Amino acid sequence: MNAPMVHAEGVRKHFGKLQVLKGIDLTVERGQVCCLLGPSGSGKSTFLRCINHLEKIDGGRLSVDGEPVGHRPQGTRLHELREREVAARRRDIGMVFQRFNLFPHMTALENVMEAPVKVAGAARDQARDEARALLDQVGLADREGHYPAELSGGQQQRVAIARALAMKPKLMLFDEPTSALDPELVGDVLDVMRRLADDGMTMVVVTHEIGFAREVGDLAVFMDEGVVVESGDPRRVLAAPEQERTRAFLSKVL
Amino acid sequence: MATTTPMGTPRTGETPASDAFEIVPVRHWGRWISAVAAVAALAGLVGSLAKNGNLHWDVVGHYLFAGLIFDGLATTLWLTVAAMTLGLVLGTLVAVMRLSDDPVLYGLSSLFVWLFRGTPLLVQIIFWGYAGALYQHVMVGIPFTGVTFFQADTNTLLTPAVAALLALGLNEAAYASEIVRAGIRSVDTGQTEAAHSLGMRPALTMRRIVLPQAMRVIIPPLGNETINMLKMTALVSVIAAHDLMSNIQDVYGQNYQVIPMLVVASLWYLALVSVLSVPQAWLERRYGRGTARGAAVSPLRRLCAGSLTALRSRTQKEAGR
Ligand SMILES: Nc1ncnc2c1ncn2[C@@H]1O[C@H](COP(=O)(O)OP(=O)(O)OP(=O)(O)O)[C@@H](O)[C@H]1O
Ligand SMILES: [Mg+2]
Repeated sequence: MNAPMVHAEGVRKHFGKLQVLKGIDLTVERGQVCCLLGPSGSGKSTFLRCINHLEKIDGGRLSVDGEPVGHRPQGTRLHELREREVAARRRDIGMVFQRFNLFPHMTALENVMEAPVKVAGAARDQARDEARALLDQVGLADREGHYPAELSGGQQQRVAIARALAMKPKLMLFDEPTSALDPELVGDVLDVMRRLADDGMTMVVVTHEIGFAREVGDLAVFMDEGVVVESGDPRRVLAAPEQERTRAFLSKVL
Repeated sequence: MATTTPMGTPRTGETPASDAFEIVPVRHWGRWISAVAAVAALAGLVGSLAKNGNLHWDVVGHYLFAGLIFDGLATTLWLTVAAMTLGLVLGTLVAVMRLSDDPVLYGLSSLFVWLFRGTPLLVQIIFWGYAGALYQHVMVGIPFTGVTFFQADTNTLLTPAVAALLALGLNEAAYASEIVRAGIRSVDTGQTEAAHSLGMRPALTMRRIVLPQAMRVIIPPLGNETINMLKMTALVSVIAAHDLMSNIQDVYGQNYQVIPMLVVASLWYLALVSVLSVPQAWLERRYGRGTARGAAVSPLRRLCAGSLTALRSRTQKEAGR
């Protein structure tokens, strides 16, 4: 099937009276890197979390790899998924958080091995070998025995990326992966993400790193107040934005 | 090490190399003085207790290791362990139910906590102990249909030991559930989200990610609960469950040596409580992994730490000379 990896049509979401997403339209094709930009509170994180069903959408359509998020189509009906089915869908979608969210009671290696062993049912030895390879890939082969508290922010975030990759996802979501990092540590994390993009991973990245969006992104999406204001080729959207709001935002971040 | 030049005096006028300084730890004179005073006061107290004839130390000595006392001790111990285990397992279940979105689970668990925390433990013990007078038979079946799967005489099921275990365990579950619930809520929601995003289901997330982290918060108050439980088992003497306290009461009911027998009981409870702090320290260290980097020090070490480090640094210095 050649459905786009992420397809959103008029996605709406509210928290109480607050309308956070007011009809988001977005399509991310396989292998594309989509960068979500926009001011604080514009709903970027909320939209990202809708994609792996950490938040339920209230209206519109949202599908990942052709399958509606949180629903199973049957005839003309959409059946809401049970927790077991939601969990199964999430296995294919990796997520990286702003605040890393590594499991503090496990070493770096155990963090990476946890899901393959406990969720995918992989053999421990095989999972360990693969986890080591992933840690090596993010440049942390010598840190496998360290607990998260014994790692720098940048190292923790790279472990978190390795942990998400361990489930061999077809889509990776990043929510401001470098915003909690000291400036000198940002580069290492972005390098890992760049290599991932080069390997063909489909990625949706919420970021304020304009340089990364311009160099690595295939699609830049500018959001404000729950709507997509402007989207397109990053080199165009970021260099010559058509909308006033985009221009105002970019002049502040650059 | 450098020779002991007067502190901070530069030898040649320029700033000295950093290893030329000798670091002198703060001297805690106040601690030494208060320690001596405390030891003297304690010695005086112990001395006066030892000389007090009214305490009948010969009786204490005679019963301290008596067979009857050991039987009671064994009952108290297994009752504590079993009731705490029941309380913890059931309490964890109740805690998870109370945090659930399901209104039925939430309602049932809240009712349980309300009932068992809201009535005196003594009443609950007596209730279980004399349940046979309320219901002669225990029956499991479908209500209003006459279909029964299981039927038994209440008094054969609810022996004093079982009644004591049920009363203490259910009461403990109500308290433990609140402790576990607080522990679960202390874990950052980001942990649950990270686990869910990896495809972990709620039950697995709870077991592998949330509960192990909650343990750090749960263990200290549970240590308290265990110590409390050990002493609360004394209450089951009202239904003659033959715990330590029941047997002590039996003895002083006959020989009227109330105070010496209570001293025997207290000495044993103290001893058991002291032993209990060992597994607690071990558990705290185990679940502190990855968080408390240098905090894994046993209580005994800490008690000695102040004086020991002072002594150690002094002897090292002397050896260095
Ligand atoms: N669980 C929630 N309950 C209530 N309101 C929420 C919740 N999550 C987000 N919001 C609100 O939704 C709005 C959008 O939040 P969101 O986190 O998506 O913004 P964002 O674009 O990611 O901003 P930032 O750049 O600061 O991360 C905010 O006004 C926020 O207060
Ligand atoms: Mg955000």
